[in-house]
Amino acid sequence: MTANGIIQIFLFLFVLLLAVKPLGSFMTRVFQREKTFLDPFLGPLERLIYRLSGVNPEEEMDWKQNALAMLLFNFLGLIVVYSLQRLQQFLPLNPQGVGGVSPDLSFNTAVSFASNTNWQAYGGETTMSYLTQMLALTVQNFLSAATGIALLILIIRGIARHSSKTLGNFWVDMTRCMLYVLLPLSMVLALFLVSQGVVQNFSPYATVSLLEPTKDTSGSIVTEQVIAMGPAASQIAIKQLGTNGGGFFNVNSAHPFENPTPLSNYFEMLAIVLIAAALCYTYGAMVKDTRQGWALIAAMLIMFIPAVFSMYFAEMNGNPKLPVSAINRQTSNTNPGGNMEGKEDRFGIANSALWTVATTSASNGSVNAMHDSYTPLGGLVALLMMHLGEVVFGGVGSGLYGMLVFVIVAVFVAGLLVGRTPEYLGHKIEAYEMKMASLLILIMPLTVLFFTALAVVTTAGKSAVLNSGPHGFSEILYAFTSQGNNNGSAFAGISVNNPFYNLAGGIAMLIGRYWLAVPTLALAGSLARKKFIPASEGTLPTHTPLFIFWLVAIVLIVGALNFLPALALGPVVEHLLMIQ
Amino acid sequence: MFLKQLRTASITILIMSIVTGILYPVIITGLAQLLFPHKANGNFIVHQGKIIGSELIGQQFQSPKYFWSRLSATALFAYNAGASSGSNYGPLSPALQSMVSERIHNLKELDTLNDQPIPVDLVTASASGLDPHISIAAAQYQAERVALTRGMKGQQIQSLIARCTEGRTLGVLGEPRVNVLRLNYALDELQHQSIR
Repeated sequence: MTANGIIQIFLFLFVLLLAVKPLGSFMTRVFQREKTFLDPFLGPLERLIYRLSGVNPEEEMDWKQNALAMLLFNFLGLIVVYSLQRLQQFLPLNPQGVGGVSPDLSFNTAVSFASNTNWQAYGGETTMSYLTQMLALTVQNFLSAATGIALLILIIRGIARHSSKTLGNFWVDMTRCMLYVLLPLSMVLALFLVSQGVVQNFSPYATVSLLEPTKDTSGSIVTEQVIAMGPAASQIAIKQLGTNGGGFFNVNSAHPFENPTPLSNYFEMLAIVLIAAALCYTYGAMVKDTRQGWALIAAMLIMFIPAVFSMYFAEMNGNPKLPVSAINRQTSNTNPGGNMEGKEDRFGIANSALWTVATTSASNGSVNAMHDSYTPLGGLVALLMMHLGEVVFGGVGSGLYGMLVFVIVAVFVAGLLVGRTPEYLGHKIEAYEMKMASLLILIMPLTVLFFTALAVVTTAGKSAVLNSGPHGFSEILYAFTSQGNNNGSAFAGISVNNPFYNLAGGIAMLIGRYWLAVPTLALAGSLARKKFIPASEGTLPTHTPLFIFWLVAIVLIVGALNFLPALALGPVVEHLLMIQ
Repeated sequence: MFLKQLRTASITILIMSIVTGILYPVIITGLAQLLFPHKANGNFIVHQGKIIGSELIGQQFQSPKYFWSRLSATALFAYNAGASSGSNYGPLSPALQSMVSERIHNLKELDTLNDQPIPVDLVTASASGLDPHISIAAAQYQAERVALTRGMKGQQIQSLIARCTEGRTLGVLGEPRVNVLRLNYALDELQHQSIR
């Protein structure tokens, strides 16, 4: 590890923590419907949307009505994305004349973008028209992120309230999130990205003549290079901010047009965790105890920081199986060194490792380096961050409500140990809450491991892998881990654009998003109905260092126990083979 | 209740699609074209009215008189900017081994006097397959070969490398690197001028 690399990592954490409070308190105002500086511009639009769609913003709904609203909204969105892909060859803004997308790929992509996963079984520049990218994919980038945050806000109200039947109004939270949080931040980030060199146009792909002609695989001379174009910056901004992660181009933020400079890389990385981290503060503010929010951020960082340094260390050591004497792997100010296969020179090792941990822990899924070519231990860290259930920052909204479920489990287990009725912020935790919480914690590993096992025993599953041996197993495990957790990043060597992976993955993504969201809403609905119990001497405080470490232990034990055998078969075996 | 919610959902989708799927990208495109037209349209290097490449998109070089870019795993041919891709080879992959060994062989063959170890970025494939840069070490490794092939002075080559080097942003962010297309173009230009 170099001094510069360590400085870059801490600079990232420092600026992130600086931004938590201002953005967190701004979002608190937005969701508590207080005045903000954006009201003069956006207030009229907001009221117009309510009037046209028949929403009474003063009317609150219980958890079931809110769940119905969310499901209907997402289901309709899914249909729109599916249809636009199937019909894109007949629609405008298709300068490259790309054809309609196959039914199974359209299904997979529609689920993927509606569920905030943004798993991509296709290459953007070769598969999607500009219209599909904008009207289907960019829209879902916004809607799925706003859905996640709106769900979180409803769940937070469930914890903040007592003796209440309602949680708020999904439509209002979703609309305000979209207008006041996601759109303004995306506009600023998109323009900044263009200033760095991210393309934003509607031109057909450009043709340039090469300085030195080359040959293609069939041996014919190639004298020209066709360069993919499009309205990329507007989509990239929200893909990062909304923890979506679906790239405009095939290689996502490794593409020089998607992430051209170290500065664009820095802000795209910040955008991955920015809103998720700030929402912790919003949580604290809404339950009227900001210490609760900071405690969650501390717990997340306790898992995040060691992961970054493990990844950095593994990638810097590089690949000892390459011809050692002929290659200079020593990191210096002129040589990135380490494992540079699948990494870009402008980012080097430190920024690739930091990005990978950020994107896998925050359920973003965008990449600036190819995870498939990481060292076994680097790949293991990426897998592990997802196996924890995407609660270290996690997806916008969904990460924090996942973490809150772990908090409830931690409170419950602590209560069992001392033989007291567990309580959390004035709510008694009872059988119903624990049933829901256990369900929430078990569904994800069951889904991931079931589909991984299915793929490993079927020809359709096995024939898709690029690398043989333990790495091939890792590719399959990664694919379903990523989709079951709505992450969306990939060990991209695996050929997933076929009916088996498109359907199995689509189902995993549906389960990973909605089967978790609905029980969590139910849990919040139940908490909201409970009477307030004042804290007593026996109440476990949930903002102390003791509780923070307890929470981290619960998250790690659950994550590690579920997936240790699978990790041993993949990256662990591969590492042992590599150092042999 | 269900029908009312369905109506709300449909209308909200419609409005949000217009706002985020049409207005937002169109406004950003307008502002981008107004404020940063060069960047928004691909950072093209134009010479005598002809686009000769993008500063951000690498090209393939195989002749000893040019600095070579990194390996590229794009489909059909290297540096195919219509289909970005990494190799996705795992660290133990036999294909990775043969790709790297072949590259080492090709570099050594043209440069038999050079017994330095090759900087790792020059023998591995980039993530995008379009990396426009090589490390400073990778440029230095090739400098003597290029100078000898072209019959240029080492000092001339060094000053061109320095001119095409991009440092860390604010001295901290990213890694120092050399833009290969710009460097090779500058080489051709310089020799062209001296012939004239």
